[in-house]
Amino acid sequence: MNYINKFENYLIEDLDLNNPELKETRRGFGDALVDLGKSNPDVVVLGGDVSGSVRTDMFRDAYPDRFFSVGIAEQDMMGTAAGLALVGKIPFASTYGEFATGRPFDQIRQSIAYSEMNVKICASHCGFTVGPDGATHQSLEDVGIMRILPHMTVVTPVDYNQTYRAIIECTKSEHPFYIRFYRDNSPNYTNPHAPFKFGKADTLFEGSDCTIIASGLMVWESMMALEALAGEKISCRLINMHTIKPIDREAIVKAAKDTGCIVTCEDHQKIGGLGGAVAEVLAQEYPAPVEFIGASDTFGESGKAAELYEKYGIASRFIVEAVKRAIKRKK
Amino acid sequence: MFPNLKNPVFTDVDDLNEMARQIRRDIINMLLISKSGHSGGPLGLADIFAALYFNKLNLLPEDPYNQERDYVFLSIGHVAPVWYATLSRRGFFPIDELKTLRKVNGRLQGHPAPLKTHGVPGVEIASGALGQGLSIAVGAALGLKLSGKPNHVYCICGDGELGEGQIWEAAMTADHHKTDNLTVIVDRNHCQIDNRTENVLKLEPLADKWKAFGFEVFEIDGHNMKEVLDTIDAVKKVKGKPSCIIAYTKMGRGVSFMEDNYKWHGVPPNDEQGKIALGELPSTKFGDFVDYYNGK
Repeated sequence: MNYINKFENYLIEDLDLNNPELKETRRGFGDALVDLGKSNPDVVVLGGDVSGSVRTDMFRDAYPDRFFSVGIAEQDMMGTAAGLALVGKIPFASTYGEFATGRPFDQIRQSIAYSEMNVKICASHCGFTVGPDGATHQSLEDVGIMRILPHMTVVTPVDYNQTYRAIIECTKSEHPFYIRFYRDNSPNYTNPHAPFKFGKADTLFEGSDCTIIASGLMVWESMMALEALAGEKISCRLINMHTIKPIDREAIVKAAKDTGCIVTCEDHQKIGGLGGAVAEVLAQEYPAPVEFIGASDTFGESGKAAELYEKYGIASRFIVEAVKRAIKRKK
Repeated sequence: MFPNLKNPVFTDVDDLNEMARQIRRDIINMLLISKSGHSGGPLGLADIFAALYFNKLNLLPEDPYNQERDYVFLSIGHVAPVWYATLSRRGFFPIDELKTLRKVNGRLQGHPAPLKTHGVPGVEIASGALGQGLSIAVGAALGLKLSGKPNHVYCICGDGELGEGQIWEAAMTADHHKTDNLTVIVDRNHCQIDNRTENVLKLEPLADKWKAFGFEVFEIDGHNMKEVLDTIDAVKKVKGKPSCIIAYTKMGRGVSFMEDNYKWHGVPPNDEQGKIALGELPSTKFGDFVDYYNGK
């Protein structure tokens, strides 16, 4: 990728695109919790019976008195977390993305968002990548559900390193957070020492023909697409929009001005998620052609993650096609 | 020893009953002004609120969020008028503000708003969507226990509200973690918006349900001041498990045509009805915050 002007500091130095280190984002969550537990006695964790799956079991074993099991009861988990926050604790409420947002929406709305309680909602197993479990467990609406709530910050880290950092950093704010990550191993490629600020997008690669704005695992898919596009002499900027709310309006408008068109990529419904958020900004501030990569108003099904990325049109080759379409639409 | 912050104001049951009556008059006056809001539930809870705020709770009105306060969560946000009247009578905010109930730019929202949004002193968190208060109370109780603090946590629930499944999730959590610093007060008035509770969704045997969920249960007459006071003392002595007071009350208590009538769940009195209501609730030594019928 030496033909692309790379901002080295966002990526680890010896990144091998063909053979990256693989690590779980959920493990970044679990490791960060253990470290927070060490340094901050107010950090508490709620367990919704999936502590092994979401990697809160390490915190549970290290700090059993600060781990509160509430059983399979997500609505109660969110309320209990709000109560803990109200008396000065920093509660992390964690389960799978679908059960962290769909089931307890009313509790999050009234007791956490409206009440501005310092609760950190951490959702694992998001997107298509829980593959074989099927549509009931594939959380494709969670970003949209959380993004419409006033007071809620919505973050989608891209890998283990960034998940770890997001979890550490979110405790420096007293506001509610929704942080989304995944079950499976995925490439770990962000530089743990690079600048990281909620609401400030990371521009990973510079380019002039189009800008790809991606979130979560789709940032890696986009990097794969960049290589193919470069082979066809198409130069793209790539932005990691790790914070979907508040979104980095400046980065979006600048991308539209500099490159003339945008492609958004997310492992989520096109409606309501990152794509919607980007389009809202552009419609108001600098209209430009936008192509969307994401689930097309559809539920998923069982299958391997790679098979689903292919079937539902979000694998890197679809990003390549979307970039070409976006460029054609430029005036 | 843990200091009893600025309570009791009244030790005499007659004084507390008179304050409860004044709170009822305040509720009627507030609703006459706002022309919107709930009559029945607030009137039914006036005795319990008088007992808590003028005798039992550790609280400091001039410092409503004092670290040593007892916590009150009102899971049934729609009975807000009884809470607002009580808080202002107790000095949490100026009594004149009761005129602003449900008015734009006011703090006294139709259902209690969170501190950070509207900042009604004494309100801890938003409520209105039913079934959520007990989980929050359990969370607060767990956090206080973790910090080794002696504050007591009260959660006031409605009986119709117990149809919400989250209440029973929270009850299991309270039991599992042995939150003996937590007391649920169930306003058992047998009425909800559509009909009598047993016609909408059968609740009995209610005491057995709470017992089965691990609570120490007290069944009381929610309008008998002495019984209310004694029971609040008793729940604080419960160790190793949460407690539940099932307070048998009458919706609309004190106003003959509203009493025990579910149709008064969610409506305010009109001017004519308000006049009759105030006539049935003799004025008190504390005085009204408004003379509604003379425009003052």
